[in-house]
Amino acid sequence: MSELRSQTLTLLAKDLRLEWRAKARLVAVGVFGLLSLVVFSIAVGPDSKALTAGAAGFLVIALLLSSTLALAESFRIEHERRALEGILLLPVRPGAVFYSKAIANTLSLAMLAPGLSLFGVVLYGVELQPANVVSFFTIWGLAAAGLSAPGTLYAAMTAQLRSRDVLLPLLLFPLVVPVLMASCKALALVLTGDPMGQMHSWALLLLCFDLIYWSLGGILFPFVIEEG
Amino acid sequence: MNRGIAPQRWPREHWVGLAAVGLVLTGSYIGLFVAPAERHMGEVQRIMYVHVPTAWNALLCFTCAFVAAIGSLWTGRERWDATLVASAEAGVVLNGLLLIQGSLWGRATWGVWWDWDVRLTTSLVLLLLFIGVLSLRSFATGSERRASLTAVAAIVAYVDVPLVYFCVRWWRSLHQIQSSPATVDPAMVLPLRLNAFGLMCAATWFIVRRARLELARRRSSETAIPDRIERIEVRHV
Repeated sequence: MSELRSQTLTLLAKDLRLEWRAKARLVAVGVFGLLSLVVFSIAVGPDSKALTAGAAGFLVIALLLSSTLALAESFRIEHERRALEGILLLPVRPGAVFYSKAIANTLSLAMLAPGLSLFGVVLYGVELQPANVVSFFTIWGLAAAGLSAPGTLYAAMTAQLRSRDVLLPLLLFPLVVPVLMASCKALALVLTGDPMGQMHSWALLLLCFDLIYWSLGGILFPFVIEEG
Repeated sequence: MNRGIAPQRWPREHWVGLAAVGLVLTGSYIGLFVAPAERHMGEVQRIMYVHVPTAWNALLCFTCAFVAAIGSLWTGRERWDATLVASAEAGVVLNGLLLIQGSLWGRATWGVWWDWDVRLTTSLVLLLLFIGVLSLRSFATGSERRASLTAVAAIVAYVDVPLVYFCVRWWRSLHQIQSSPATVDPAMVLPLRLNAFGLMCAATWFIVRRARLELARRRSSETAIPDRIERIEVRHV
C-alpha cells in the first residue's frame, strides 16, 4: 500500500507539473465552462426566477461539459511520443498511474469552482452565504472526484480509438447521472437554503458513488492499459 | 474443428427457441383471455404480463454480461467475450422493449408517456450505458483489445443494475415496488411466470446463436487471406 502511495505521489507531481506547463489548456477549459453558463442563460431567457432556481443544475452541467475536454486531453498528451509506454516500462503499478491521473483531473476540475461560482452569482442572481462556502466547495470537490474517476478510466480506454471525442461523452454522461443528480440537489440546497437538513444525505450519496467509482477504476485500469 | 461453431443439422438451442414460442403464446393467451381484469386499472394492467417478465430478463441478460465480462478479463477466452457481447445485445433489446411497454402503460395509467421517476430514469440510463458499451466495441480494433475494453466497460455499466432494482425502495417513486406472488391472484401469477420463462428461453436462444455467430466471424477473419497479400502475389505473377 505504501508503495502504491509513493508511486502515486511521484506520478501526481509529474501530472501536476504537466498541468502547470499547459496553463493555457486549463484556462481554455475554464472559459468553455463560463461560455456554457452564458448559453444556458440565453436558452432559459431573461426569467431571473427560473435562472436562480436552475443555477445549481447549470453549474454542474458546466462542470460536466468542461470535464469532457479536460479528461480527453489528459490522456491524449500521455500518448504523444508514447510517454505512457515509457512510464509502463518502469516498475510502476498501473493503479498508481490511474490514481495520479484521476487526482490531477479532480484538482483541475476543482480549480474551476471559484470562477464558475462567481459567474453563477453574477448571471443567475444566486447568493452564496459565507457560512455555506465550505459546503459549496466540498460538494463541488466531491462532484469533481465523481466525474474524474470514471472519466479518467474512459479517457484511457478511448484515447487511441477512432471517434474518441464522441465515445468519451457517450460512455461518461449516462454513468455519471447519479453524481449529477446528487451534486445538483446538494448544491441547490446550499444555494437556496436547507430547512429540512437534507444536504448531508445527498453529500453522503455522492461520497458513496465516488468510493465505488474510485475503487472500480483502480481495479480495472490495469486491464485497460496493459494491452494498449 | 471447434465444436462451438461446427454446423449442425438441428442445433440443440432451437429446442429452447421452440419452448420460448410455446411458453410466450400460452402465457399471453392466459394473460389476455383467462386472467381477470385488475380492479383499478382494468384491461391496461394486462401489459404487466409482458412488462414485468421483460424487466426481469433484461436485468438477467445484463447480469450474464457482467459475469461474462469478469470471465473474459480473468481467462481471456473468446467464448466469454462472445457471451458478453451476445448478452449485452439481448439486454439492450429487452431494455428498449421495457421502456416502450412502460411508456404505453404510463400513458394509460399516469396520463403521460414519460415521467422523470427514479425507476424510469435509472432504466433509461442502463440502456444508454450498454449502448455505449456496444458502441465502444464497434470502434475498438484488435480482438484482444476489443474484448478487454468491452469487458471493462460492461463491468462499470453494471453498477447501475442494483440501482435500477432497489431504487423504488430507496427513494419515493411513482413506479410501484416489487410485488410478492403471495399478494397477487394465482390466475395472474401463472401467465406472469409462463411469460417470464418464455422470454428467458428466447433470450437464451438469442444469446447462444449470437455467441456462435461472433465466434464464427472471428474464425473467418483469422483464416481469411488479407487483400494486401493477394495484390502482392498478382504483382509477382
